[in-house]
Amino acid sequence: MFHRESGVFKTSYAADMALYPLPIAKWAVAAFAGLFIVIVPLTLGEYYVSILNLILIAIVGALGLNVLVGYTGQISIGHGAFMSVGAYTAANLVVRLDAPFWVTIPAGGLMAALIGAVVGIPSLRIKGIYLAIATLAAQLIIEWTINHVPAISGGVQASIQVPRPSFFGVQLKSQTQLYLFLMGFAVLAIVGTSNLVRSRIGRAFIAVRDQDIAAEIIGISTFRYKLIAFAISSFYAGVTGVLYTYYLGIANYEQFQLTVSIDYLAMIIIGGLGSILGSIFGAAFVTLLPIVTRWFLESFGGLIFSAADLANIIPNLRLILFGGLIIFFLVVEPEGLNRLWRNIRNYFRVWPFSY
Amino acid sequence: MSGDVNGGEVSPGEAQLAISGVSKHFGGVRAVEAVTLSVRSGELISVIGPNGAGKTSLLNMISGFYRPDTGNIVFAGKDITGARPSHVAALGIARTFQNIALFAGMTVLDNIMLGRHVHMKAGVLSSFIYWGLAQKEEIAHRARAEELIELLELEDLRKQPTSGLAYGLRKRVELARALALDPKLLLLDEPMGGMNQEEKEDMARFVLDVNQQWGTTVILIEHDMAVVMDISDRVAVLDRGRKIAEGSPGEVQRHPDVIRAYLGTAKERREAAAA
Ligand SMILES: Nc1ncnc2c1ncn2[C@@H]1O[C@H](COP(=O)(O)OP(=O)(O)OP(=O)(O)O)[C@@H](O)[C@H]1O
Ligand SMILES: [Mg+2]
Repeated sequence: MFHRESGVFKTSYAADMALYPLPIAKWAVAAFAGLFIVIVPLTLGEYYVSILNLILIAIVGALGLNVLVGYTGQISIGHGAFMSVGAYTAANLVVRLDAPFWVTIPAGGLMAALIGAVVGIPSLRIKGIYLAIATLAAQLIIEWTINHVPAISGGVQASIQVPRPSFFGVQLKSQTQLYLFLMGFAVLAIVGTSNLVRSRIGRAFIAVRDQDIAAEIIGISTFRYKLIAFAISSFYAGVTGVLYTYYLGIANYEQFQLTVSIDYLAMIIIGGLGSILGSIFGAAFVTLLPIVTRWFLESFGGLIFSAADLANIIPNLRLILFGGLIIFFLVVEPEGLNRLWRNIRNYFRVWPFSY
Repeated sequence: MSGDVNGGEVSPGEAQLAISGVSKHFGGVRAVEAVTLSVRSGELISVIGPNGAGKTSLLNMISGFYRPDTGNIVFAGKDITGARPSHVAALGIARTFQNIALFAGMTVLDNIMLGRHVHMKAGVLSSFIYWGLAQKEEIAHRARAEELIELLELEDLRKQPTSGLAYGLRKRVELARALALDPKLLLLDEPMGGMNQEEKEDMARFVLDVNQQWGTTVILIEHDMAVVMDISDRVAVLDRGRKIAEGSPGEVQRHPDVIRAYLGTAKERREAAAA
């Protein structure tokens, strides 16, 4: 939000530590929330709301991955698989026990957290590329396991139908109803993560990331906090998997393959590592990019390419764009879209006194 | 714990920290060789010695970064030989580093708040919810952090990232972070290294204040002899990994082995400079 610091003096520690220390920011957030919670679903058609729903789901997953990668400095290429753990946990609970969403969502999160923490154990000894490979192995092992154990996957197609969740007896049939449901979880994740990273646990994550020796010397067990980060991050991933399953109406391991892990890494790199707002930007950007490019090429691509070429170009263009953007942001702007946003905001921060 | 405490004035029963016969070798290098040292509660003891004498290695064994090859270390009645650094810190031993280990991207305040980590309790869930328990705790510990900011005269810098601070100030922030643990024992590895005279005097005053007002035990490694002789209750001298002397500042200064160790290195330095 636009911050304006001029003329604001803090009189208590609580005020100094507030999430939005400036009054104008609170109003801006409130206005923004009103826009998205009330006006958007009432005015947009089902198709556009369904795209927003994908973004809301991605926000939860991106925030979780950012806790691990951006804040704690670990890496995971296994988050797609952790999502599938959540998805199949929920699907089995629904099919076998007819469990409601307020059971399936925490259960899916917890199961993913458990498995994520186990996958995180090597982070005690290995870092960087080696940890990346260990989590990649986890991704493949989990994919294989789900695909080959009918008790989990529900049989031949490795997919389980899951009806839309019900809220106080009302099944969420339309995209707009689903939107409000998903918005609740996205907001919870945004506020909760903001709180987490500004208090004891989050500071310890950043300490482990920046200086593991100094972290140890002030009593932060780096091992313990790496595992906590893996567990929290995987919890978010599990919840993301459950939400996505409700959205699709089916749990299917093909929706959680390696490319998904990479998409989520792209979100936080493009959006901004170690940033809440960056996770949101990245989730929106990476969700929208293929949709927008496809629409653009389908509309105007025919002017240059033949229909057959176009069918080849569209899926590959997505990969090329992602690859290019990840490299661009890693090399040129490691702080991602969040940084660009900050530059704009800072311009207005002390306005009208720019110097 | 054996009774063979060199120097004799300290009986092992009242030692807060008892280091007995610890050694640490790196390949052929005998960084620390059978060192025994007892430190009483509330004492300010300096460890001196030429470069490479093993001073930092000794601290690394106390704080858990190195596991001793031989010997053991007992703190407040607990054997901490080979314990993890985070565990040692939680028992009440804080430390600063010879080459400063701050969280560079964080503010002075966040660095000091991190020093409060072991005294805070908020877990994942209460941190996530924040309002209520975690917030109350943040405010309480912020007050303690502010006391330290005041003590070390860092008021103007609390919201500055430590990466931008001058060397002497960063050393001071690191001391503040160590003090935020409310340690029973404070290990300082050359806290005045690289400082000018005025900064050194400030730092010496802070260390003395902490030692005298709060009764915090201090083990100080320092090369500046004037400071060491001025503020120490006791001095231990290491040379090539061995403890060659221990006693009051006056006793140590007159000790023939100490004079030889220092003159020796001074002579070697002259030769090295001439070569
Ligand atoms: N991790 C290590 N690996 C190999 N050798 C080491 C290691 N740590 C210390 N040493 C060696 O042990 C010896 C003692 O080093 P130490 O850093 O303890 O000396 P010091 O007394 O602190 O010196 P200074 O006054 O220069 O800080 C040196 O020869 C050093 O090279
Ligand atoms: Mg040293």
